[in-house]
Amino acid sequence: MDAFSSLAEGFATALTPNNLMFALLGVLLGTAIGVLPGIGPAMTVALLLPLTRGLDVTTALIMFAGIYYGGMYGGSTTSILLNTPGESASVVTAIEGNKMARAGRAAQALATAAIGSFVAGTIATLALALVAPTVADLAVEISPADRFAVMVLAFIAVTSVLGSSRVRGLASLGLGLAIGLIGIDATSGQQRLTFGIAELADGIDVVVVAVGLFAVGEALWTAAHLRRRPIEVIPVGNPRMSRSDWGRSWKPWLRGTVIGFPFGAIPAGGAEIPTFLSYVTEKKLSKHPEEFGKGAIEGVAGPEATNNASAAGGLVPLLTLGIPTTATAAVMLAAISSYGIQPGPRLFATEPELVWGLIASLFIGNTALLVLNLPLAPLWARLLRIPRTYLYAGILFFASLGAYAANANTFDLFLLLVIGALGFMMRRFGLPLLPAIIGVILGPFAEEELRQALQLSNGRVGGLFEPFSIVVYVIVALILLWPLVRRFLPRKATVPVLAEAAHEIEEAHHHHGLTSAISVERHVPTGGAPDQGADLSAPRGPDDGRPVDPDRRDR
Amino acid sequence: MSTAPTGSSTEEQGRSEYGVALFLGALGLLLVVSALLLPESRIARGPVGPGAVPIVVGGLLLVVSVFLALDVRRGGRGEPEGGEDIELGGGTDWRTVALLAVAFLSNALLIGPLGWPLSGAILFWGCAFALGSRHYVRDVAIALVLGVGSWYLFVLGLNISLPVGILEGIL
Repeated sequence: MDAFSSLAEGFATALTPNNLMFALLGVLLGTAIGVLPGIGPAMTVALLLPLTRGLDVTTALIMFAGIYYGGMYGGSTTSILLNTPGESASVVTAIEGNKMARAGRAAQALATAAIGSFVAGTIATLALALVAPTVADLAVEISPADRFAVMVLAFIAVTSVLGSSRVRGLASLGLGLAIGLIGIDATSGQQRLTFGIAELADGIDVVVVAVGLFAVGEALWTAAHLRRRPIEVIPVGNPRMSRSDWGRSWKPWLRGTVIGFPFGAIPAGGAEIPTFLSYVTEKKLSKHPEEFGKGAIEGVAGPEATNNASAAGGLVPLLTLGIPTTATAAVMLAAISSYGIQPGPRLFATEPELVWGLIASLFIGNTALLVLNLPLAPLWARLLRIPRTYLYAGILFFASLGAYAANANTFDLFLLLVIGALGFMMRRFGLPLLPAIIGVILGPFAEEELRQALQLSNGRVGGLFEPFSIVVYVIVALILLWPLVRRFLPRKATVPVLAEAAHEIEEAHHHHGLTSAISVERHVPTGGAPDQGADLSAPRGPDDGRPVDPDRRDR
Repeated sequence: MSTAPTGSSTEEQGRSEYGVALFLGALGLLLVVSALLLPESRIARGPVGPGAVPIVVGGLLLVVSVFLALDVRRGGRGEPEGGEDIELGGGTDWRTVALLAVAFLSNALLIGPLGWPLSGAILFWGCAFALGSRHYVRDVAIALVLGVGSWYLFVLGLNISLPVGILEGIL
């Protein structure tokens, strides 16, 4: 097969001693930073982005592959040992993982997470290698109008993530798009939103935006609400699994892979939905359903595998269409384009060495993850005890360092604080960060596609509507109008497993006090309206998005 | 862990949520107006000028601000973000935030004259102090090691230049 020979060449690129070293370094740094409380995968990638500035592009991307997987795994470790997930994809891991840890089975939870991530990551990367060239071939055919439509779909999908307020998602998207507009317009050479400030003419560096929103915003927000009591960390030995643990884990790993990869590959707003689906599936299929809620190993194995598989799946639209579906992928897109390379359908033809080297290093990163993280788990657990004063001081220190190093410009440091303040405000008022970061990074690309499409059609707006793009716009309209559309659907039409996933998400959000602007009601046994008082702590606006909510009976 | 908002704080947050809607609306207006004020371009190509997309984005922000205000009016509230080290419920600790901002700005102002090794150390020490660390001597030691160490890492290890400032010739 063609893909296999290309992949072999990719390994030849990635396995040079120099590149291999950077891949391992990436995994190590990614895990070390990602395991720190308060730092999610996207922030890990953003903080470590400047480190790769001095490297050549292939090596930099190979290091990124390691950071990507390392940061992902680090987040899971945190949620298992602390029970307070920093980001939505780890919410499910925390449910059973922390229960296991409390029952003295932290080592087994970490082991099934690590091995499950390896298994799922390997299979999903293989799937990526097989699927991506085909998708790229198809994508070469599609016109700027179609690409613009897919980008609009990506925008709308990330603003309508399950369980968050839709109007706030759109607000966040608008903020991101506005930031992305700042600077000289490439087509007309005119300055937009620069207000005569020379430093803004080139636009705001994506590193500054990402580090500002994620790192500085997070540090300021946490500092304003810092928990002054010491936090309980569960000690952990070397991860190992008994025969019965293996027996109960391998099927969830495989099922998680199957659930995670396709969800990652479509712009559906990240890993939250598939991880919950996996959790619910495992609960249904388990021979020990009574253990769920008390620390069932299946409940860690499945979602963790799903998380990693969807991370690999997310690289399909990123590499073939240039469209990121998660915040982490968005930062990766920014990293790739900072080298003057535009990810898209032609990438496989124009930069085969780079693409296949990157895919090969995903395999290497995955293996390194397993080899490094099983023995190093006790060390990572100790990182969780770092004094919070030093942790957040360190985040601000490295955020400043990274933002300054990107362009050696003092102005960026002031900008960083302003964007950090924006990130603070967004956290305060429940505006999700993902749409903003996607808007900043993808917005300029979308504008270019739009202009090209209209140039091809001589300015006729009708030129935006081609058969494929019409289908995409119909999907966009369905997502936007879902609360209305659902009323006309028969109640049975919604998949029961989705209903249960929605329920679990609500429970978890409730439990962790995460973004509970969630609007999924409890299962109500009677046909009456749900008891608003017993509902979530967060009062809900009627405008809130309720994508998966078949149990709503208060019509 | 998630705290049910009590009556007064809900109302208070309601008022500040209108502020968010106002902010979005003002930003949208700014985008539209500045796009309309763009001078005619001589080198523009294609039918879509530089102002079209800003007008669309500005329009989106204006519409969203109206919907957000309506949502708040009907009782919708944005949920403050939780996290590993966050204890919601108490008020916002503005003093710490202000001290952090001071430490941050002093780094921005001093990085030129003093160089990163020292300004970065001041940043770290200031942030640790703001966050409540009172081990002054240990903090200074850690800050200096971080400042100087990161300078060496970037300049020698990664070939990225950072200002050396008054330590020139010493490092």
